[in-house]
Amino acid sequence: MARRERPLSPHLQVYRLPRTAILSITHRMTGVALSGGILILTFWLTSATYSAECFAWAQDIMGSWIGQIVLWGVLFSLYYHLGNGIRHMIWDTGAGFDLPTVHRSDYLVIAFSIIATAATLGCVYFVIGG
Amino acid sequence: MEMRSPLARVRGLGAAHEGAHHWWGQRLTGIALVPLTLWFVWAASGLIGADLATFKAWVGTGQNAVLLILLIVSGVHHAQLGLQVVIEDYVHSEGAKTVSLVLVKLGAVFLGVINVFAILKLTFGS
Repeated sequence: MARRERPLSPHLQVYRLPRTAILSITHRMTGVALSGGILILTFWLTSATYSAECFAWAQDIMGSWIGQIVLWGVLFSLYYHLGNGIRHMIWDTGAGFDLPTVHRSDYLVIAFSIIATAATLGCVYFVIGG
Repeated sequence: MEMRSPLARVRGLGAAHEGAHHWWGQRLTGIALVPLTLWFVWAASGLIGADLATFKAWVGTGQNAVLLILLIVSGVHHAQLGLQVVIEDYVHSEGAKTVSLVLVKLGAVFLGVINVFAILKLTFGS
């Protein structure tokens, strides 16, 4: 009898990920995004070592609308990864691992990353006037 | 029945023979990055649209240069530890995995050195 190719578990095309799993993979994706953020920081710092024009060019790129969208994406990734990272360290102590607490801290991490990003956005555009 | 030898049990390194070194490095740099990244977001917000003279004056204070170097060093170390796990989990071909790991590890050192050099040049250079 021929062996049928069975789907591996969890079969991602048909299996709806639980929220905890979505938050877990988001932690990795934001981590990868933040590694890209290091490249932007490198671009910013090294441009300043060449000339005033070169630095002004870098500042213009980051101030363009596409640059701003990317930077806000990196900032959201930072707040998410920071909030969820702190949750991981609390889990490391053995605390907060029961499912009801995990479901509550899920929402806490989501709320923190959205509110912190919005608050920074508000500060930059309305207080500093960037 | 205990299948491990007494020596293996005392070492407590498990099947990976590696122990908690990677885990501990990830936590230590993670703890350091909490205040450092928040400081950086606050500081960088004040530098939006700044010209080079303003930027140099900001980096040139010893305090900001030291904090930037700490941010970079903990940042690249934390990033390469994290990317290593992502590669180990998702890149299944042994060749591509090894090449990616080498690129990430060497790239992290390269980026760290470039940035620290840039900060020192902005601080002490003419």
